[in-house]
Amino acid sequence: MSDLRELYQEVILDHNKQPRNFHGIDPHDHEADGYNPLCGDQIHLELRLDDEGRIEDIGFQGQGCAISTASASIMTETLKGHTVEEAKALFDRFHHLVTDDHAEPDPSLGKLGVLAGVRDYPMRVKCATLAWHTLQAALDEKGEITTE
Amino acid sequence: MSVSVSEARAVGGSLDVDRLRADFPILQRPMNGRRLAFLDSAASAQKPQCVIDAERACYEEYYANIHRGVYQLSQRSTQAYEGVRRTVQRFINGADEREVVFVRGATEAINLVAQSFVRPRLQAGDEILITGMEHHANIVPWQMIAEATGARLVVAPVLDDGRLDMDGLRERISTRTRFISVVHVSNTLGTINPVEDIIELAHQQDIPVLVDGAQSAPHMPVDVQAMGADFYVFSAHKTYGPSGAGVLWGRLEHLEAMPPYQGGGDMIRTVSFEETTYAPPPQRFEAGTPNIAGVIAMGVGLEYIEAADREAIVAHEQSLLGYANERLAEIDGLRVIGTAPHKAGVVSFVLDGAHPHDMGTILDMEGVAVRAGHHCTQPLMKRFGVAATVRASFGLYNDREDVDALVDGLKRVREFFG
Ligand SMILES: Cc1ncc(COP(=O)(O)O)c(C=O)c1O
Repeated sequence: MSDLRELYQEVILDHNKQPRNFHGIDPHDHEADGYNPLCGDQIHLELRLDDEGRIEDIGFQGQGCAISTASASIMTETLKGHTVEEAKALFDRFHHLVTDDHAEPDPSLGKLGVLAGVRDYPMRVKCATLAWHTLQAALDEKGEITTE
Repeated sequence: MSVSVSEARAVGGSLDVDRLRADFPILQRPMNGRRLAFLDSAASAQKPQCVIDAERACYEEYYANIHRGVYQLSQRSTQAYEGVRRTVQRFINGADEREVVFVRGATEAINLVAQSFVRPRLQAGDEILITGMEHHANIVPWQMIAEATGARLVVAPVLDDGRLDMDGLRERISTRTRFISVVHVSNTLGTINPVEDIIELAHQQDIPVLVDGAQSAPHMPVDVQAMGADFYVFSAHKTYGPSGAGVLWGRLEHLEAMPPYQGGGDMIRTVSFEETTYAPPPQRFEAGTPNIAGVIAMGVGLEYIEAADREAIVAHEQSLLGYANERLAEIDGLRVIGTAPHKAGVVSFVLDGAHPHDMGTILDMEGVAVRAGHHCTQPLMKRFGVAATVRASFGLYNDREDVDALVDGLKRVREFFG
């Protein structure tokens, strides 16, 4: 297994301690709840699209481990200004990065790349993807998801 | 049977832990280059060589289906399997070996009692009383039959230190209480409940009581007759035996009055398409081919505990608990959840600024196996206002070095989450 420093990078520790966009969005037009029954992590996500279908504002609340909190925080930071299609494409690439042992570094993911270390900890992949699954549920108007 | 229990024994009232550790092959294997500190026996215990050998010997030397063949292999398997009833009877001091029903584990035992004993006695408005510190296995089966019958699930509260609120329990026993089911030792808090007192209270009103012994059977002497229980259940995988085997012990008069739980082979006396008559207990509750080798190996696990001496196990695990409490106090911001005066070797805790899941990962990298999560006791987590805890739990093979590894690991956690 890899070094813990690769998992718990400074950026992750920082976003865990001071999560960005850690609040509700008022008004919002999409929302969803995500829940990881294995560890009890919970996230509530709200977002607002503008007239052109771009994510104008997005925020989250809830409680979780450092990986899920940092992932949600970096996700919200990254997604502002992106279209729904772009967001979904980013999720695909992010998912690939954290699950595929042979994934090449993907510069287009930007800061999301710091979560790559998760792939060495299969039990923690769901922590890293919880926010993204919740985003998908919000965009698809599913209301809530669990990671099982 | 051709399997002998290890020579490991209590020496002068205290456990020879080094000797015991040598019986567990998995403890000889390093974890991430370190000595494995396995501190999750409350979830499932590791297996000594004699248990592994017993399961293997069954398959290699005398395996056949039981209760069927007239050939010798079947007779040997049947004898070995049936012989475990006496072992269990002795282990928990039951009155009669026919009171020992083999099941898959504590969960199945509780479901069996819920469906076959309690459900037929319930009417709308009746009550089943449990406590706020139950495992989901001792909550959901009661909810299911309550929903089906219109009965109510009533919950006795837990005090801030993790003790059961006995006054609260007393107040909740009513004329509608039909059954009480209570955990002997909490898998999350470690609290040892005064089950004798609860049973005495219940029996004053003729209310039968099930004791969930999943966490007591591996760690302390158990005497179901002295306790006065109506039912006592436990799982082999926590008593150093294999998974997929366990025990429902019930008073014979109860078992005899109960309808079968599942129908099939082995639980019948005669079958025709018009009518089937059922076998007496315990066979009545053992439909189908059981976990033959698992039950046999379970018996060896129980003998292993007996040979190690249960009083000595208690003394050893209590001393470890004391040492753990002392050393954990060194960690700033650590809060133990469950500080009842009467506790078994289970320590649940939270740490300011560090999520249990992250602690679990970091500790794992340091060779320390602990459980991080809700421990299948979500209502209890809510009661203490936490989503999850880290839980370290002890078995007879743990020593102070394991506790030191835990404390060192937590100091490492502090480097990341200061
Ligand atoms: C107190 C308690 N009751 C019941 C159970 C359920 O046991 P099993 O999963 O072996 O059926 C457990 C296991 O975690 C437990 O700790």
